[in-house]
Amino acid sequence: MTQRADFMDDEEQPAAPSTSDGGSDHGVSRRRFLQYAVQGSTLVLGGAFIEAKEAEASISIPELGEILDFADVVRLAELPYASNLVLEVTADDRIRFELPRLEKGQGIATAFAMLIADELDADYDRTDVVLSDRRADRPFSITGNSAAVRVLWGPVRDLAAQARARLVTAAALRWQVSPSSLRTSQSRVIAGDGRTASYGSLSADAARVLVPLVSTKPRPVSQYRFVGSAQARKNARAIVTGAQEYTLDIDVPGALPTVVARSPDIGGTIVSWNGSIAQTMPGVVGVVRIPSGIAVTAQTFKQAMDARDALQITWSPGPVRGLSDNQVRETLRQINLPLTPVLPLFGSRTATFEFPYLTHAMMEVMGAIADVRDDSAEIWYASQSPNFIATQVAQAIGISASKVRIHVPYAGGSFGRRLFGEAAIEAAQISKALRRPVKLMWTRNDDVRHGRFRPMARCELRATWLGGAMTSFEHRIAAAQTDFGHGLGEALTAIGASVLPSLFGQLGFLTMLSLPYRFGTTSHKLVERNFGVPTGSWRSVYSSMMTTANEIFIDEIARARRSDEVDFRLRHLDSAAAERCLRHVAAAGSWGRRMPAGQAQGVAVHAEYRSAVAYLVEIDTTGEEPRLLRAFCAVDVGVPINTRGLEAQMQGSLIDAWSIMFRAGCHLENGRIREGSFGDFLWARMRHTPPTTHVHVFPAESGAEPGGAGELGITAAAAACVNAYARATGKQPRRFPIQEFA
Amino acid sequence: MPQYSLTVNGTEHLVDLPADLPLLYVLRDVLGITGPKYGCGVGICGACTSHLGDTAVRPCIVPLSDVGDRPITTIEGLATDDSLHPVQQAWIDEDVAQCGFCQPGQIMTAVQLLSRIPHPTDADIDAAMSDNVCRCGTYVRIRAAIRRAAAMINGA
Repeated sequence: MTQRADFMDDEEQPAAPSTSDGGSDHGVSRRRFLQYAVQGSTLVLGGAFIEAKEAEASISIPELGEILDFADVVRLAELPYASNLVLEVTADDRIRFELPRLEKGQGIATAFAMLIADELDADYDRTDVVLSDRRADRPFSITGNSAAVRVLWGPVRDLAAQARARLVTAAALRWQVSPSSLRTSQSRVIAGDGRTASYGSLSADAARVLVPLVSTKPRPVSQYRFVGSAQARKNARAIVTGAQEYTLDIDVPGALPTVVARSPDIGGTIVSWNGSIAQTMPGVVGVVRIPSGIAVTAQTFKQAMDARDALQITWSPGPVRGLSDNQVRETLRQINLPLTPVLPLFGSRTATFEFPYLTHAMMEVMGAIADVRDDSAEIWYASQSPNFIATQVAQAIGISASKVRIHVPYAGGSFGRRLFGEAAIEAAQISKALRRPVKLMWTRNDDVRHGRFRPMARCELRATWLGGAMTSFEHRIAAAQTDFGHGLGEALTAIGASVLPSLFGQLGFLTMLSLPYRFGTTSHKLVERNFGVPTGSWRSVYSSMMTTANEIFIDEIARARRSDEVDFRLRHLDSAAAERCLRHVAAAGSWGRRMPAGQAQGVAVHAEYRSAVAYLVEIDTTGEEPRLLRAFCAVDVGVPINTRGLEAQMQGSLIDAWSIMFRAGCHLENGRIREGSFGDFLWARMRHTPPTTHVHVFPAESGAEPGGAGELGITAAAAACVNAYARATGKQPRRFPIQEFA
Repeated sequence: MPQYSLTVNGTEHLVDLPADLPLLYVLRDVLGITGPKYGCGVGICGACTSHLGDTAVRPCIVPLSDVGDRPITTIEGLATDDSLHPVQQAWIDEDVAQCGFCQPGQIMTAVQLLSRIPHPTDADIDAAMSDNVCRCGTYVRIRAAIRRAAAMINGA
């Protein structure tokens, strides 16, 4: 069965996103990729759907992500439902948009308010974006893959343009004037003779307009004023006054604090339990068994935790009892696919990089509120995939999914964790058992030890060259299998791609590949193994391992070939956007300036999500701990909406990067994760961060389309930091976090 | 159970709760004051940081019996009427927050820093703020906001 035709059709549609390699001749680069594919990389994924048509030659592995990636999958899956958005002009003259995504700090609520204000000519201060409840008529509303703006840009512009056209039409009819004589500004329609009407006053009439009398086409991006500007996030005041609510702040009457006693092993189950002491402890209201453990509900969380500790539970060993990091590492070493032997006369370099299990460690722990009745459920959960969660909740408590309402509060960070909804499912199970609403919280220990992890991974790389030319670049990754079972499968099925769930990882891997360089024959291969430790997508999924490893390795190749690391990249990059970003940071950071002993600069680039980014960082390794002195970033997201929000994303990504490459990792010991809080999961603190980080956001060019930004920065930032460290110390880090193995 | 009189953000509350119950759960679960957040429950992350008297504390590890008659100020009590505290205003002006979850704690810690050191150096900021975790990595803007607030409060 082939789905290749679908991808080719998408390429020919006018809406197809532009490729990330900006200016290069697509036809020429395709032929080069074709040669690489013919030279030996295969595309058969154990019988799954991607099949090369001989006549057209294959999709080469680096190219798939340029044609279709997970963001495209979600966009295509949502196309039939694109108009199922709610944009309301309220009676009190406010604009209200229900965003079917999760705001988790990435700034999309503000970004869409800006876009709507521009397209609709609404008063920005009276434009409100709220998070939509789960909607069954938007079945693929997944927040992830840095796709929110890419997927909703078109539909939101269309919707706002339609609204404006109807408001203008309503005014024209009311005033009996030509609609083309009217203009709009600040939520008002304005006539040539000075008459004005507020959007609110026109709203009812506008709703009755069948055929707008003015164009419903969105205006050109060049006419936008908010889009491309710097705006504070809309909820800034709410945050600094403590008014911003997160899931467990919400007051649902009667929903009492609840925690769950969990197996000390990953995946252990209950053999026997006795709650007689716990039940009598102060404040305790209920003690019930659910599949994942024993739930205790009390007047306060502390009392629930104390009673939980007084439960007498006998646990079975978990399925991964006996498994520790070193065994996983050894297995990954054994199962990894081999690199091609180096031919005589070729220069080469080979390196292996190892990455640990990594918890998401978002600031707001997993939590949910559930109110389950006989045949319905009302859930409050900051979900990245609410339709998937609704199905899971429905199955868990035996009701119809159509009867599951999910409210989506803002999240205190997520980084991929809330694609899954264990807390929502548990809360529903407990509520059903207790016959009352419950407010369930995963304690920090629960969240670190019993959550999901970025998979442990082993990356083996080899590059070869002959004379002055790079001839090959191979990357073999062995990793614990990433769990993608959060609704993406349904989206894939909806667009006609049939992929075995066990192969989602391969598909994700292929579409996330990024090696924007002319390095001869390139090949990336992934092999996965399920070790029984729960995994999930962790901000950038594979990229912060495989592409970060690429960028560290490229630095080493440059040095092995006696080349300046920036110059080497510039000579081989085939992404105009990445090149532009690199040139910018090299200039801004005065690349090559003399640094004192023990200090050095480091660079890296990344191109993914139809965007590109580069970092130049400066490190000081002379102190007790290495620390960045300053950093520069240049980012090209096609069409930036909120430049201040993008700066924040790039600054924050650098902290992610520093934390995971130098300080923080999780350790699997005999079937348990050792870490339990920020006390031993060593996220970067203020004293570990550069005092300044300058970010340059490239403005939109004519004809550009928006790319993704949420995950973009971390990959290059991580490599830049390690490259700076390597240049400062002469060491070549191979295992991360560095400070554990230094 | 013992009775405690607590003054929180200027309002007196009488509660009937165990002596060893940490203040965070009194504030959030009993009094419905949810500005201070649960981030770890063991005093490590700083998300719950509030003021007891003039001192920044972590209510997740302050038992009720330790409060005494010192007034409690949470993030909700920092502004006076509609006037934001300069630190809050600086936080808005520098657009510090991303997800925002850690920021009430960051702000309360910064307020104490500036009340003790009117013109903090980078090292002062490191020392004072390094026990407040920010997972979104807003540290560079927290630092800028502290400098901005220092200028607002004490002059440049």
